[in-house]
Amino acid sequence: MDQVILQMKGICKAFAGVPALCNASLELKSGEVHALLGENGAGKSTLMKILTGIYHRDGGTILFDGQEVVFDNPRQAQEAGIVIVHQELNMMHHLTVAQNLFIGREVMKYGIFTDDGAINRRARELFQLLNIDIDPTEIMGHLTVGRQQMVEIAKAISTRARVIVFDEPTAALTDAETTELFKIIRDLKSKGMGIVYISHRMDELAQITDRVTVMRDGEYVGTLVTAESSKAEIIKMMVGRTVFEAPKEKSNVPPQAPVVLSVRNLCAGFVRDVSFDLHKGEILGFAGLMGAGRTEVARALFGADPQESGEILIQGEKVQIRTPQDAVQHGIGYLSEDRKRYGLVVEKTVQENSLLAAMEKHLRGIFIDTPRNRDEAKQYVDRLRIKTPSVEQRVVTLSGGNQQKVVIAKWLIRDCDILIFDEPTRGIDVGAKSEIYALMNELVAKGKSIIMISSELPEILRMSDRVIIMSEGRRTGELSIEEASQEKIMHYATLRENETA
Amino acid sequence: MEKNLECASTPAEGSTRKSGCKKLIQSIGMQKIIVFMALIAIYVFFSVFSEAFRSTDTLVSIFDASYYIGFMAIGVTFVIITGGIDLSIGTVTICTALIGGMLHNTYGLPIGLCLGISILCGLFFGLCNGVMVSILKLPSFIATLGTMMVTRGLGSIITKTQSITYPLAMDADGWYRSFFRSPDNFPTGIVLLLALAVVMAIVLNKTRPGRYILSLGSNSEATRLSGVNVVKWEMLAYIISGGFAALAGIAYAATYSTVMPGTGNGFELDAIAGVVIGGTSLAGGVGSVVGTLLGVFIMSTLKVGLPFIDLQPHYQLFITGLVLITAVYADVRNSRRKN
Repeated sequence: MDQVILQMKGICKAFAGVPALCNASLELKSGEVHALLGENGAGKSTLMKILTGIYHRDGGTILFDGQEVVFDNPRQAQEAGIVIVHQELNMMHHLTVAQNLFIGREVMKYGIFTDDGAINRRARELFQLLNIDIDPTEIMGHLTVGRQQMVEIAKAISTRARVIVFDEPTAALTDAETTELFKIIRDLKSKGMGIVYISHRMDELAQITDRVTVMRDGEYVGTLVTAESSKAEIIKMMVGRTVFEAPKEKSNVPPQAPVVLSVRNLCAGFVRDVSFDLHKGEILGFAGLMGAGRTEVARALFGADPQESGEILIQGEKVQIRTPQDAVQHGIGYLSEDRKRYGLVVEKTVQENSLLAAMEKHLRGIFIDTPRNRDEAKQYVDRLRIKTPSVEQRVVTLSGGNQQKVVIAKWLIRDCDILIFDEPTRGIDVGAKSEIYALMNELVAKGKSIIMISSELPEILRMSDRVIIMSEGRRTGELSIEEASQEKIMHYATLRENETA
Repeated sequence: MEKNLECASTPAEGSTRKSGCKKLIQSIGMQKIIVFMALIAIYVFFSVFSEAFRSTDTLVSIFDASYYIGFMAIGVTFVIITGGIDLSIGTVTICTALIGGMLHNTYGLPIGLCLGISILCGLFFGLCNGVMVSILKLPSFIATLGTMMVTRGLGSIITKTQSITYPLAMDADGWYRSFFRSPDNFPTGIVLLLALAVVMAIVLNKTRPGRYILSLGSNSEATRLSGVNVVKWEMLAYIISGGFAALAGIAYAATYSTVMPGTGNGFELDAIAGVVIGGTSLAGGVGSVVGTLLGVFIMSTLKVGLPFIDLQPHYQLFITGLVLITAVYADVRNSRRKN
């Protein structure tokens, strides 16, 4: 007990030239529950994928029991005794629970037949040990997500691992199941296992973890003893970065600006009871951790997903938005977070994509008026400074920043007054970022209103006039830009349902 | 991945123990039971409406129509379980039969050896499909479509567009036919078909290859991350399909004697229709050899039975088409509900 079993030092990893990890480290003792913390994109999942053999590292060392190890694939890591329970469950829905548990490790009868009776028996023993009430002969796909996760956890434990990584294990568990999980984890601790626990839920960290390692922007920041640190300290480590661009000093929105959009008690999927107002000429930032529900709010508002209940008022009048068509008719445009999948038809040209939302604008009878379309597209290419040889260029050949501008052009040509930008500068280089920011400022100066969803805190602080923070499907806080700071935003972003501000 | 924290899913939060009856239904599979009952219903329907239908000769006709489609369908079940499709089984059936027949007729090789070689050829074509899909990552529809066209042309090339007639029962080399029709007219072919179906059902459900094929069809990435070599097992599915297509070629030759190059197109659709009707999902991950056989029998029974109630063969196509659409709709609705 208490000796170091795992050391990751100076790990580096880049994807297609873009660095994801640089000098990332983690030290794990046996019999310890060690939390790994960081914002979205801090590199936690990447680091763990390297540890468990899913990715290959570019640099750094991993020492397991003092020996340097290299894992080329997950099987090698598994055999060495390092296992991960993924956030996105990895299971075969059509097979039974027991078959999932023992895939790749089946018990054989006479060497050629799989002995389902034996694996069912072993599964029952395992479940009994862990005090889980699941029938091993049940089809995996028939279980609730929470129970599927319990099976995943049981699978990881059953491989006689010495290190288990839990990636957001309680996200889909009920309170009762979470208590069960913690019992299991404490039991594993006492048996000398090392556990890495990735989670944003601060209250859980206090309950179950011994130490906390914080990562930021792909780097190791520091390690604290849980019992001796406060939430504020941890948050400071998570966000405390030298911000190069100055945050916005004060709001540009005049105090008497009218409310253009009002959302009241919106419920959709796991989004519960979200209300907010959007003023004319305002950039309203939506902050929160990934999975907080911001995109879901946007999609429900835009009619892309069904709304269960709630009201939407545009210019003070109640409106019904059931489909994106309704939303567009009311002047709302949505730039989705995944422009290649939801924003562009990548094989089509700049011209075709720009006119996608406004095909009826230039018609001659039933035919599309191509020359007028081309002229309008050219106008916007100039206005937005889209770098493309011509409007007949296929958008797949453009850089990320220019592709994003094409999407913006699409909504401008449609003449939308309310624009929802979902992660507007994701995957875009620094130069193009500034151009998009300048564009956004131009738009609001002309009287448009913008909702900007972003996971990048510096971006939120630079662009927003007001910030709304969401956590786990609920709105947890609102800050004016004058009072906002990275720490305050992160505090609200990690608030759980039962906690108060 | 967003999870609905307030979702009210149907399984009870308490124990997941089920009643014995429900368990039996789950282990056999609801769709198989429905298909079996449908088969009985169709058979009873024809028997009631046509006296002539109720004879052993008719039964033998149904069997005869089932052999080659049945073997193809058993083989392609494995491919469909992986989530892919094999469009080449029809022409591979004919091509391998032509190769075997030509080796016997033109080169005088013993028929047993010829049949063995034609099976090897089937396995080889299956391997080609496997390499294209699992290693080169071509979509299975396109890859097997290519093989279908290649083998169709190859058959004509090898036989110089001549038909091949296999040795008849009374010939010296006609002993292979006894696997399908004994000298006293007993349809031994059905025994062979059922026996192989049982073997393949065991392979699918009770051996590692079958387990891994089901697993990779359900979630290929999860299976890979669990340390299973999915490339190897996916290729095996295509090899099995090719091998059984060759077996179907032998069955075809034994039943119809003359094999013509340029044919075979369309057999695969009959086989695949049988597989889908029998409950194997085109989405992959779930499937049954028994179900496939039942699906094939339904189609053969329709084919043989409809003329007895004075409906022409084109009605058979029409009705089979409707049955197929119903089966696929049920399959898709099932998958959608699971998600």
